[in-house]
Amino acid sequence: MSVSEAVWSAQGTTPDAIEAALRGLLIERHAENDSYVPARVLNMIAFVDREWTGEIANRLRGVGRYHASRLLVLAYEPRRVRLDARVMIAAENEPAPGELALLRETVVVELGDRHLDDLLTIADPLVVTDLPTLLWSPHGHHEIVEHLLPLAQSVLLDSVDEPDAGEALARAGTLAERVYVVDLAWLRSTPWRERVAATFDPPPLRTELGTLSQVDVRHHPESTVAAMLLIGWLASRLDWQPGPLIAHGAALTGTARASRQEVNLRLESAPELMVRGLEDVTLETAKGRRVQLRRGRGGLRARVREPRGHEHEWTIPGASRGETGVLGEGIRQALLRDPTYLPALAAARAMLS
Amino acid sequence: MAVSAGRATEEPQAENPLTAGLERLPVPPTTLVIFGATGDLARRKLLPALYNLAHDGALPERFHLIGVSRKEKAHEAYRAECEEAIRSFSRRKPDDDVLAALLGDVKYVPGTFDDAHVYAVLGEELDRFEQQAGEPLNRAFYLSTAPGFFPVIVGQLGESELNHHEGSQVRVIIEKPFGTSLEEARELNRKVLAIFEEPQVFRIDHYLGKETVQNMMAFRFANGMFEPLWNRNYIDSVQITAAEDIGIGSRADYYDKAGALRDLIQNHMLQLLCHVAMEPPVSFTAEEVRNEKVKVLQAVPHPSAAQIAGMAVRAQYTAGHAGGEDVVGYLEEDGVPEGSNTEAYAALRLGVDNWRWAGVPFYLRTGKRLARKVTEIAVTLKPVPHLAFSQDGSLGVQPNQLVLTLQPNEGVSLRLGAKIPGTRMIIRPVNMEFLYGTAFLSQSPEAYERLITDAMRGDATLFTRNDEVEGQWMICDPIVKAWEHEPGPLPTYEAGSQGPAEADRLLRPGDHWRAI
Repeated sequence: MSVSEAVWSAQGTTPDAIEAALRGLLIERHAENDSYVPARVLNMIAFVDREWTGEIANRLRGVGRYHASRLLVLAYEPRRVRLDARVMIAAENEPAPGELALLRETVVVELGDRHLDDLLTIADPLVVTDLPTLLWSPHGHHEIVEHLLPLAQSVLLDSVDEPDAGEALARAGTLAERVYVVDLAWLRSTPWRERVAATFDPPPLRTELGTLSQVDVRHHPESTVAAMLLIGWLASRLDWQPGPLIAHGAALTGTARASRQEVNLRLESAPELMVRGLEDVTLETAKGRRVQLRRGRGGLRARVREPRGHEHEWTIPGASRGETGVLGEGIRQALLRDPTYLPALAAARAMLS
Repeated sequence: MAVSAGRATEEPQAENPLTAGLERLPVPPTTLVIFGATGDLARRKLLPALYNLAHDGALPERFHLIGVSRKEKAHEAYRAECEEAIRSFSRRKPDDDVLAALLGDVKYVPGTFDDAHVYAVLGEELDRFEQQAGEPLNRAFYLSTAPGFFPVIVGQLGESELNHHEGSQVRVIIEKPFGTSLEEARELNRKVLAIFEEPQVFRIDHYLGKETVQNMMAFRFANGMFEPLWNRNYIDSVQITAAEDIGIGSRADYYDKAGALRDLIQNHMLQLLCHVAMEPPVSFTAEEVRNEKVKVLQAVPHPSAAQIAGMAVRAQYTAGHAGGEDVVGYLEEDGVPEGSNTEAYAALRLGVDNWRWAGVPFYLRTGKRLARKVTEIAVTLKPVPHLAFSQDGSLGVQPNQLVLTLQPNEGVSLRLGAKIPGTRMIIRPVNMEFLYGTAFLSQSPEAYERLITDAMRGDATLFTRNDEVEGQWMICDPIVKAWEHEPGPLPTYEAGSQGPAEADRLLRPGDHWRAI
């Protein structure tokens, strides 16, 4: 929540006027108190349907410190003919003596169909030069993403938003050929990937990775893609050759060829799960070890059956990030590069072929 | 004598293919034992750090905590104390479920640190956790006690054979101060290394866990533009300042025994000097980085008794003003003994006698109740060889100065000469500033979060090696000894000021202390 805000707005305006207003507000704020300094980390362009701007603003408000340093919201209303704009420059806190307070800039431009052909010339002057730019279009509009792509170094998408898993993975793959893709469906699997990696990290257990024989993933009904990316990650890291998945009721099943044996794969919808993402990941090795991780209160509940039959159960502490936490992580990831996403995506696509 | 310097920290292991691309690397299953579990450090720093690691899902898959302290209390009572400490001092509001998951099976072992029975009970608790887990767990003993107990605890751990454990790594984490003199540091090293091997020992200097200090390495070794200038040919002097605007508060008992030299210069500030002066390490492994730092310490001449007056100054603050309030002088602070000769301010001029730095003075100063709180390193370059510009009406062409600010506003500023707009070529200095806070989205973790994780992972890069500690003491010990034998009263400075005028005598002609 910002405690200090400067606002400018205009109707029937131009990108030049908006940019001049931004500069003016920044100078004003700095003159008011030289402890106010503009953050210069990341541009984010969000192309949204105007009727949902409030919902998007709420989601972005929740990301806290991961807010882009300059956020450009292009609010689209098909029949709008006039370009209206609002500029807000906000600090999260008043500067303490001798300390700085960072300013974050939000620019909202309301536009219509008639502006779409010139969209690049509207957005370009409003992003900070030499900063990386993240592009997000949460309401679809794939053609607009194509249009704005020359401005962006990375695109934020959520593959679970697409109704069809195959199309979602294909779209992510196509975009990834041209720009860095930050996929929220992939980020939802991060804690699970970290925990699976950690479970098999003790040296005696590393060798058992080559003997994995069964992987079951239970997921939110809309998060099939997140489950496929997790299995794709295992396949790509462990050199499996995944075969196609076949639908059996609420589950998808298939196999992957590892160097020593077949790995049985099962992805099952978990209707009881109220939030997007994964509910439960179970891995079994040919030696008889079974590792189950599932969502629990205060972290993941781990249940391990050793090859000799002993069972252990405990909680691995960790707070749920929630959807806003996942979105914030997505914004942060625009500044990083994860080399394992593309191979995981390719393996996931292979399971749909 | 340095023991085991240069040894590898751990045996190399086959790679885990699942860790590629992960920001958080796995931490081996560990039981952490905190000695001094009810003390201030544990309450204010260690327990909140553990909570924040738990919140982020950054603790090991299997993690257990055992507290050891003198006071008699039940496990449940200690858990309640842990919860209270975390709620009071965590950098984020605790999540009740995470807190319950973290503290659910915390154990407490009461007793004095010299009592063998305590270690027998501790051994049983450690074994019980392993039986529960069905596998050996690494063991990390965190010595968060008064320094006098370090050798006692280490000795007892050895006596009870808790210093090694079949199938797992055993580590000991030792808080500062590591000795109060060279002799003590050597003796402590000798005692610790009689029980543990050097790769098992993690000596904390929490400054090294700060992002700002780690950033210095990135600044120097990830930016090609500075390295060609980073030597005696271009650098005129280096000034390292760690100034505080606060007094000693309620810490008179500790501070009056330590003083500014032991409190900050012997450890933190010499670490900063090493970061400025070290050669690029071959790789960023614990041993390579620490080897380079030790070479710097070895290149700093140890002052003789006769040289000390010319290279070291100490002082105490008198009554003055801070933050708009009247404040008392050092000798009037609660708990300070009458006539104390402990310094609340210390300044040194050191040299680094090697090919890169010979002849460049390194000025170090630290003190309480100075004009403001700032920690910075100012690197002053040599002036340009020929001034083509008229100096009339000008502030002049001043040497370039690169300032690395560590706190409060972490950043880098470079002083440049620029022309004042107008018809004449009049020059004045301007600053080109970069602030880390404006360029990153993430919040820095607390130093202890990083250090506890690194210790559990066996990565000693941010910890002080035995020969490093001794190297630091070899520089400071002659000064400590000389000051102990010098009668008072000490030079003084007014609280809220720039420090004592006597500090100027350390400077070469033409050099100045930067304004705090």
